[in-house]
Amino acid sequence: MEIVLAIGIGIFTASGVWLILRPRTYQVIIGLSLISYAVNLFIFAMAGGGLRVDAPPILAAGGVGNPAAIADPIPQALVLTAIVIGFAMTALFLVVLLAARGRTGTDHVDGREPER
Amino acid sequence: MIPALDHLAILPVVLPLAVGAFILLFDERRRLLKMSLSLATVFTLLGIAVTLVVLVNTPTGDRWSTMIVYPLGNWPPPFGIVLVVDRLAALMLLLTAVLGCATLLFAMARWHSAGPRFYTLFLLLLMGLNGAFLTGDLFNLFVFFEILLAASYGLVLHGSGTARVRAGLHYIPINLVASSLFLVGVAVIYGVTGTLNMADLSRIVPTLPPDERILMESGAAVLGIAFLVKAGMWPLSFWLPTTYAAACAPVAAMFAIMTKVGIYVILRLFLLCFGDEAGASEEFGALWLYYGGMATILFGGIGVLASQSMQRLGGYSVLISSGTLLAAIGTGNSAVISGALYYLVTSTFAICAYFLLVELIERGQAAGADVLAVTLEIFGDPEEDIEDEDEEVGVAIPATIAVLGGAFVACTALLAGLPPLSGFIAKFAMLSALLNEAGDIPAAHWAFVVLLMMSGLATLIAMTRNGIRTLWVPAESEIPRVRAIEAIPVGALLLLCAAMTFAGGPAMRYMEATAQILYWPSEYARDVLGSRPADHTASDPRASGHGPSGATP
Repeated sequence: MEIVLAIGIGIFTASGVWLILRPRTYQVIIGLSLISYAVNLFIFAMAGGGLRVDAPPILAAGGVGNPAAIADPIPQALVLTAIVIGFAMTALFLVVLLAARGRTGTDHVDGREPER
Repeated sequence: MIPALDHLAILPVVLPLAVGAFILLFDERRRLLKMSLSLATVFTLLGIAVTLVVLVNTPTGDRWSTMIVYPLGNWPPPFGIVLVVDRLAALMLLLTAVLGCATLLFAMARWHSAGPRFYTLFLLLLMGLNGAFLTGDLFNLFVFFEILLAASYGLVLHGSGTARVRAGLHYIPINLVASSLFLVGVAVIYGVTGTLNMADLSRIVPTLPPDERILMESGAAVLGIAFLVKAGMWPLSFWLPTTYAAACAPVAAMFAIMTKVGIYVILRLFLLCFGDEAGASEEFGALWLYYGGMATILFGGIGVLASQSMQRLGGYSVLISSGTLLAAIGTGNSAVISGALYYLVTSTFAICAYFLLVELIERGQAAGADVLAVTLEIFGDPEEDIEDEDEEVGVAIPATIAVLGGAFVACTALLAGLPPLSGFIAKFAMLSALLNEAGDIPAAHWAFVVLLMMSGLATLIAMTRNGIRTLWVPAESEIPRVRAIEAIPVGALLLLCAAMTFAGGPAMRYMEATAQILYWPSEYARDVLGSRPADHTASDPRASGHGPSGATP
């Protein structure tokens, strides 16, 4: 499971980095989204006790519960927050992209087409 | 302590949020209402910040200063999020509040109507800044960073225009990538240490086994890159001058503190996690900060000399200021850091005043007038000039130009570090601390001394040249129309710098105490982790009465 997750994070990051270095604004925003997916998965991978399957993040009602049987809840909370913030930032950036497209008449990241 | 004062620590976060959200409900045309509410808020924030500075500076019992620890939701640290007001945080809060008051007053003259929802964005920026200074939790720091960045994205675009949209197109993605790095760093640190509480972190770092230490240090390095992007360390700073030059005057002035947030976090985390008590990780990354800071000073100095427009000059001055602070942190000497804190306050005031002033000076000029001034310098007929001067003998310089020119000279003295204003004291404090170290002074420190001097010289040359061109050779420019409400903030900021010169003794003592406390991370950790949540049922006599304010260093 670890190797699958690691390869997945690697592919997301590599594609994201490649895309944000591209000259078109749409490629940049897709690249940023891919990087944020990679980061979210990475936070999960950093959970205390490693990756877990079939482990709830909360204790069962009543009783003390066994800490070894539950997943680390903090990374899940962090990921949730990061997703919300990342989503909001993507939306905000999208608006700026549209404004830039309207004002400069091009979708190049420098606001002007490179001279050939 | 008075119970009502217990909640003072949360107010700098909650108040701007509540007011900012509230004024969002009203129509854009009800500007007077929004203006007065925002103004009342920033001045209340100023009052709160002053109170907090006085509180943390008051000795309680046998301690010589107080630290206010506020557990949010009454969860005990390290499980809940804590807000911590120590001397450094209180100082930064005060700095933010002063800048907020000055720039908001300035914006009220005309910039506030240049785009929608200016006041809400401005208040949210203040909330993010205050939160970032107050929080004692790494992930909470991320959230406040995002809040202040989101507000800053809106503010950069305030006033619209192609130049601003273009600048935003670079500013926003760079900060989004930096935020991703921030999250990666936080995740690695959490994975290794199992905590996000900064105080808890400082306790765990010295006890890490070597194989985990490498992971922790690489996490801290990734995190550091995210902060260095904000602080504008070379080579992560190419976005900064363009963005600051494109932003409208009050926004650029408020952004003077944005780079300081990065500096603040580096100062805090570096000394907490890799300070003198960190065992094998001691001084991790100090050399990077030191040489990176010096490279930034060099880059900023060259940029200042090369910049054509006054706004870009301001942007490069921000870089010089950041570089100086980073290199000072990298020396790892508490005396240098106390000088650097004084420099931080002075340079922030000066840069803020400079950005406001430039807008006033340039208002009188037609577009491209500075280029015209340069051409006149080359092609102008000298005899003609002399005739003009003869005619003007006895004609008083218009009062507005005199005031603006005086303020410009004061800004130059502050930024270049010349006497008699506080910029000189700041540089002098850092230099004397560098040169008074025990033993031989290493060559690297001499390099820092030389760079510090040369950057002052570069600023002086560049600003004098610009000042002569724009103030003394007004090529067919009108006298700028300046309203009192725009001149007052600039004057107030410069007067504050003058006050810091006169009250240099007490100010330096505060900075020295701040720097000393930063060098005792174990005290910080004990106070934060030792604080008990307020027990309102008062069933436990140990817990009652301590509350969020119990801890003292």
